[in-house]
Amino acid sequence: MTRTEEEPARPTEPLEPLNPRAVGTSPVRLDGPAKVTGTAPYAWEHALRDPVYVHPLQSAIARGRVLRMETGRAEAAEGVAAVLTPRNAPRLADSSDRALAVLQSDDVAFRGQFIGAVLAASPEAARHAASLVDVEYEVEPHDTRLSSDRPDLYRPEAINPADEADTEEGDVEAALAAAHAVVDETYSTPMEHNNPMEPHTCVAVWHGASDDGEPALTVYDSTQWPYGVRMTLAPLFALAPERVRVISPHVGGGFGSKGLPHAHHVLAVLAARTVPGRPAKLALTRQQMFCLTGHRTPTIQRVRLGADSGGRLTALSHEAVEQTATIKEFAEQTAAQSRMMYASPNRRTSHRLAALDVPVPSWMRAPGEAPGAFAAEVAMDELAHALGLDPVELRVRNDPETDPRDGRPWSDRRLVECLRTGARRFGWDARTEAGARREGDWLVGLGVAASTYPGFGGPGSVAEIERTSDGGHAVRIAAADLGTGTWTVLTQIAADALECPFDAVHLEIGDTALPTATVAGGSAGVTAWGSTIVAAAREFRAQHGEDPAPGARTRSGMPENPDLRRYSVASFGAQFAEARVHADTGEVRVPRMLGVFSAGRIINPRTARSQFIGGMIMGMSMALFEESVLDHGTGHVVNHDFAQYHIPTSADVLDIEATWLDGPDPHAGPLGSKGIGEIGIVGSPAAVVNAVYNATGIRVRDLPVTPDKLLRY
Amino acid sequence: MKPFDYSRADDAGSAVAAVMARPDAAFLAGGTNLVDHMKLGVAAPELLVDVTGLPLDRVEELPDGGLRIGATVRNSDLAAHPLVRRRLPVLSQALLAGASGQLRNAATTAGNLLQRTRCGYFQDVTTPCNKREPGSGCAAIGGWNRYHAVLGASEHCVAVHPSDMAVALRVLDAVVTVLGEDGERRVPVGEFHRLPGEAPEADTVLRHGELVTAVEVPPLPAGTRSGYRKVRDRASYAFALVSVAAAVETDGDRVREARIAFGGLAHKPWRAERAEEALRGASATDEAFREAAEAELRAARPLPGNGFKIPMARNTLAALLRELTTEERR
Repeated sequence: MTRTEEEPARPTEPLEPLNPRAVGTSPVRLDGPAKVTGTAPYAWEHALRDPVYVHPLQSAIARGRVLRMETGRAEAAEGVAAVLTPRNAPRLADSSDRALAVLQSDDVAFRGQFIGAVLAASPEAARHAASLVDVEYEVEPHDTRLSSDRPDLYRPEAINPADEADTEEGDVEAALAAAHAVVDETYSTPMEHNNPMEPHTCVAVWHGASDDGEPALTVYDSTQWPYGVRMTLAPLFALAPERVRVISPHVGGGFGSKGLPHAHHVLAVLAARTVPGRPAKLALTRQQMFCLTGHRTPTIQRVRLGADSGGRLTALSHEAVEQTATIKEFAEQTAAQSRMMYASPNRRTSHRLAALDVPVPSWMRAPGEAPGAFAAEVAMDELAHALGLDPVELRVRNDPETDPRDGRPWSDRRLVECLRTGARRFGWDARTEAGARREGDWLVGLGVAASTYPGFGGPGSVAEIERTSDGGHAVRIAAADLGTGTWTVLTQIAADALECPFDAVHLEIGDTALPTATVAGGSAGVTAWGSTIVAAAREFRAQHGEDPAPGARTRSGMPENPDLRRYSVASFGAQFAEARVHADTGEVRVPRMLGVFSAGRIINPRTARSQFIGGMIMGMSMALFEESVLDHGTGHVVNHDFAQYHIPTSADVLDIEATWLDGPDPHAGPLGSKGIGEIGIVGSPAAVVNAVYNATGIRVRDLPVTPDKLLRY
Repeated sequence: MKPFDYSRADDAGSAVAAVMARPDAAFLAGGTNLVDHMKLGVAAPELLVDVTGLPLDRVEELPDGGLRIGATVRNSDLAAHPLVRRRLPVLSQALLAGASGQLRNAATTAGNLLQRTRCGYFQDVTTPCNKREPGSGCAAIGGWNRYHAVLGASEHCVAVHPSDMAVALRVLDAVVTVLGEDGERRVPVGEFHRLPGEAPEADTVLRHGELVTAVEVPPLPAGTRSGYRKVRDRASYAFALVSVAAAVETDGDRVREARIAFGGLAHKPWRAERAEEALRGASATDEAFREAAEAELRAARPLPGNGFKIPMARNTLAALLRELTTEERR
């Protein structure tokens, strides 16, 4: 089934803008009927015969070594096929990535790390047998406590995705000393975990003796990047990439946690190798997700702002301290957005890491921007208060004409318009002095914050167009739909690119048997894949004309967009929130949120709105609820389930509205679109926290804002 | 999950006999807590005796105006029962403050009383816990104890009882009827749950094999107003940081009689007798309410992570009493 990887044509001329017809309308989700009838196959649900079920064994210590594993009782338990341990697990061809070198040594680098697995005839039998394995450890003292005064903090070589760790312009200290108003505060955000509805799942089938004698691997996965899974797994198991097929048509949410392969992928394949020909099914439990699928690092952020009497920033310093793991580095770009959000002649940003005995941090919706904007945008609120200036006006006065990083013009910023539009629509003029508005037992306040997200989305994908016998067009690209609407919006884009009806497009995604696609990450998926489809469609028409015979086929990548070098491309937004705080108990309710976004052309208003408000809700969740409680005695997250790790219930989500400024970004490629998947979570936590301040006069600088922090004794 | 036997009981007596006969047997009703524990390895019964088919699923009116609530009446049904809503608002409100709609549809009256603490360490078999494994130690005392007890705890256990319903039953002076080998006994709800002391593994005074068959609730005196107020970290589906059940009788602007219980503060629903004493005959003012709360909370011993519960409990009690003693309810 795997097609040969022909090197596709890639046009060199920039792509002309798309003429939108289906784009900009709101067809309902093409995958909706299958999902609501339960027939859309998620990774666990593909019909496969004679599976074995895999239940992991996990380290009960945070640092040390496995000395002995007594597996006899587990092996003897009913239904058990095998017990894998570091002693008997197949060797990997490459164990240089220690986060993926599963069962390749006895070393334990964090609590919950895989130290084995039980393979059995049912999930229950596997889980029960796992409880029968006795493990003896050599325990070493562990260290999981992040603080800003650790002597071992270090500066990473680069921060995610590939930026410098520190920047320095002008003289921040001198500017602060001379400033009319100064804010110097420390903000902290806790460790947080992605909690998509669908747990991370990997079903692997090892074809030990396939027709041509060479082994092959099929993986039914829940991933944001099928080709990423292939490229990662192939060398570990000494397979050529085309011998690995990854199938992932539907993904039940990811938020970044399914962006890169994790250790469970490797464990599932190790299990599959043990039982060639049989599917090895591994779905992490909710509890296991809290140590095996990445997390958002806790942050400690010192923000210093200086301003002149006119409310113009003279100094902006944003210094972030965060954690990484001992086995692999992940350096979150927490302060990066402070390099471009506001104008200031003097500026410093820095990132310092502590390598702790914890799982490897990873992407969580708007890594960097989300926690960074919490600190920076609360600091701006504090500065507005210090200056006696309206927080909207303060942001307007500091809106930079060009990108402060390099002086490039903005492609399409319009943050000021977002702020003004939002203020008008939200009724910002009803905002009172802090602590001045009370309705019954509830203190009421309004808050604002600005948001941004970079404009990622370049070449790297390939699309194939083929005329089908029914007169339609097959459009093939190994993109991913995380529940976000990819199935629908790529069909819209393909219809416009081919200038054919929406119904005449037969989209195929989520399979490495299709041409390669970049990750559904960095809010870049639809812009990158869609532009590639536009390029392929134009190439198809150029090669085959308007009415080619069935079977006519073209593959193409997309060209570089030279405007991305000439202009600074990013999404922007203004977030508004109302908070009500109970005067006796400190309970917080958020009855209203409004986001106004400048994100270029919106491909599908229905699914876009869902992305925006989903991000805003996740931001409200970050503000009020989410906190992974790391027990420093044991080194594990204690509150590792939905009863204890709080995300909003329906009762917490009231009137949430998102809107956007019309028009394409003329420099963002043929679609004129920019990222919308993450900007909703950027700024919304600060808007909520600023609203809580406006309601109560209490400034909370450490998230989440739980009722105890708002008790007025 | 450990393999187990399953049987359905035909009558209460044989259910009791079946569980009595095997030390590893347990009753199964709604299963909202026990089944989780079986998955997590916290409980590993070898035999489940399903009691949901027993004729214990009715709410009956007693001659004195009280109610007899069958052990397997679902929480949703009990909360919505017209007599409960009319006569015992504190009970209906408490039930609706608990868990989620789906859980309330499955959970039963007896199961709610018998649910176990949600202490994260109790629910995680890889950590020490004296309640789960006597003598292994308490990870919560030096760990995460935001939700834990400030009253009546011991050096062995600082867990809290998670029920909302039981807090309401405590102010209602309910009586639990229990069927054992030697027939029925009646246990006042105040004596039903234990403080942890030296034996935190025992949540209640029930002996192995005893089956809760009903809860009897006497009527509230005429003119008494009752209510339940729960403070939690989100608007729904969260355990109490602090909750208060109260039933108050006023005489003009004075309190004639008040019954108060706290949830979220102790290993059992905490009847606030000192606060009640302080309120008897006191004027119905915010100051008096706060003083009453403080009289009760003087005995509180907070842990590093939960000192906020003391002012939160005081404020919440004051807010509820204000509401119950104000003529016009919001």
